[in-house]
Amino acid sequence: MKRIPGATALSGLSRARRRALAGLALAGLALAGLAAPAAAQEKVKIGLVLSLSGPAATLGQQARDGFNLAVKDLGGKMAGREVEVIVIDDELKPDVAVTKVKGLLERDKVDFVVGPIFSNILLAIEKPIVESQTFLISPNAGPSSLAGKNCSPYFFVTSYQNDQVHQVLGKVAQERGYKRVFILVPNYQAGKDAAAGFKIDYKGEVTEESYVPLNTLDFQAELSLIAQQNPDAVFTFMPGGMGVNLVKQYKQAGLADRIPFLSAFTVDESTLPAQQDAAVGLFGGANWAPNLDLPQNKKFVTEYEADYGGKVPGTYAFQAYDAGMLIDSAVRATKGDLSNKEAVKAALKKADFTSLRGPFKFNTNNYPIQDFYLVKVAKRPDGKYQTEIAQKVFSNFGDQFAQYCPAGN
Amino acid sequence: MTLTLALVQILNGVQFGLILFLIAAGLTIVFGVMDFINLAHGVQYMVGAYLMAAFTALTGSFWLGLVLALPSALLIGLILEMLVFRHLYARDHLAHVLATFGVIIFLNQAVKLAFGAAPLSVPVPQALAGAVTLAPGLLYPVYRLVMIGAGLLVGLLLYVTVNHTRLGMLVRAGASNAPMVSALGVNIRLLFTIVFGVGAMLAGFAGAMVAPILSVEPGMGDNVLILAFVVIVIGGIGSIRGAFIAAVLIGLTDTLGRFFAPTLLRAVLDPAAASQTGRALAPMLIYILMAAVLFFRPTGLFPVRR
Repeated sequence: MKRIPGATALSGLSRARRRALAGLALAGLALAGLAAPAAAQEKVKIGLVLSLSGPAATLGQQARDGFNLAVKDLGGKMAGREVEVIVIDDELKPDVAVTKVKGLLERDKVDFVVGPIFSNILLAIEKPIVESQTFLISPNAGPSSLAGKNCSPYFFVTSYQNDQVHQVLGKVAQERGYKRVFILVPNYQAGKDAAAGFKIDYKGEVTEESYVPLNTLDFQAELSLIAQQNPDAVFTFMPGGMGVNLVKQYKQAGLADRIPFLSAFTVDESTLPAQQDAAVGLFGGANWAPNLDLPQNKKFVTEYEADYGGKVPGTYAFQAYDAGMLIDSAVRATKGDLSNKEAVKAALKKADFTSLRGPFKFNTNNYPIQDFYLVKVAKRPDGKYQTEIAQKVFSNFGDQFAQYCPAGN
Repeated sequence: MTLTLALVQILNGVQFGLILFLIAAGLTIVFGVMDFINLAHGVQYMVGAYLMAAFTALTGSFWLGLVLALPSALLIGLILEMLVFRHLYARDHLAHVLATFGVIIFLNQAVKLAFGAAPLSVPVPQALAGAVTLAPGLLYPVYRLVMIGAGLLVGLLLYVTVNHTRLGMLVRAGASNAPMVSALGVNIRLLFTIVFGVGAMLAGFAGAMVAPILSVEPGMGDNVLILAFVVIVIGGIGSIRGAFIAAVLIGLTDTLGRFFAPTLLRAVLDPAAASQTGRALAPMLIYILMAAVLFFRPTGLFPVRR
């Protein structure tokens, strides 16, 4: 018979020692029970999981700064408890993110996790976080896979369901009567989702669906094709550095003044400092813009620019700020007692805070129901660039996946 | 599809190829002459772009920026050579790869600390900002034509220097048999330093030239490094002529592949399948080309005689 080492070790313990161990465990539980009232005076611990290195670092930095600004506006306290923010860098690598998140959960024992920026990181860290019954609030990533039947009562989103942004631009193309549209997206899942999202409401002709490899540097071949086909509009989704390249080259090819440029995640406050004049007049889709005319938003934009080197906040910063205010609303509603998970859950779900975007409530899948706008890039009188609201496209708009989320979530 | 469009796409391909040539030229001389694998060549290209961004912002002029960026790129290349690379020439390729990979990480992080992670931009100089009309509705940016000119000029200068000057003769001799050149009383160490400096400056020049059309960001050199290696492998390591022809070949294959593959496949497949296959096939074409060249000419198209 094979001897199993583990079993041997256990059976090797005398009965008395096992009882002693059990006793110790009980004592530990009792001590934990005793410590509970003291917990109310402990800090509220919040872990931020963001991409802070690599090419996408600006997005993570915006979210971090936005969240810190929320904590600062709250005076560093939520319901009288001090707030401790632990920032970790997921390095845009799912495996690194999971390892570091386990540290947050097991070593730091955080009450909330806020993050991440990218959907692929979210899909990796969501399970360990919600399974440990810790609340996860995404300030940016809103994949469809967690909006439908895999929704979780511990997972909240303060941004949007990704497809909605593409849908905004499709709706605009349809409403403006564009007959022929050229679609240009990178060849990976998010690019395909973008093209599909655009086509939900757009019913006209697609002259070409051009898929370029990720990290394409030079779009001259595609731009020549666009110039030749002369469509009514171009729809694109080119995040990060690719978007900077595309926008500059689009302008240089003389297309910016001729063919409307409808884009998602291509022109925003994280890329505008590099795109500058080349991006002026181009369109994007968003749930907010820095010039949204609400008192709380004006205060936020002014403070953010004053505190973080004059940078204009983008959606990443504002959604993280809202995540901070959302957490505060739940801590206040439960009077700082975060041990009752059901109460915290119910309080989060109410979304009883003043969002910078105005009307905000959670759908059944804990994704927002909110307004969406067409935004246009403009140069401000002080020489900085920002997106500005051009028109409202959807009001109180919830995503199409919520209906698949089981009731009672 | 019109003939004009096809011609424009060929022009695009040549133009992309010339950017690749600017990057690969320095790499192929350093690899060929010194037998030194410099993975850090890509970050030297990035450093060139950052210097360009910094100096144009500082002086407000593209030309002054370029004039300042080039010697700075040379200087940084020489400092790197003295601090790091010089001590590796006698070692094997693994040591080269490890140390220069370290330099990549170091410099990527250094520019991020100095300039931040957000992409920077360099405006196109006013005089070159417009576009010329090649055919009705088909505009071509002037700056791109200037890049074609710059690529051709650099190619010509290098060709003349390597093949028709005394320095070039020593470089070629050093590539064939360095100890013998040294025994004939030539300071081979100085020669290597010059070669390395020129290589670094060429990479910096490429970076400075692309800064107005591409985003300047940390890690921008890592993408082009692979393409540059493909170029020098196809062209034959150490051969300027090979690098030139291979770069243009790759530029054309990549651009025309992206453009024609879906269109041609549509003739035999239904549109959805054609566009699916086309977009899968296009990025592979340059590697298929490389595999084919290596199969028939294992030392590249223009191998350097040893």
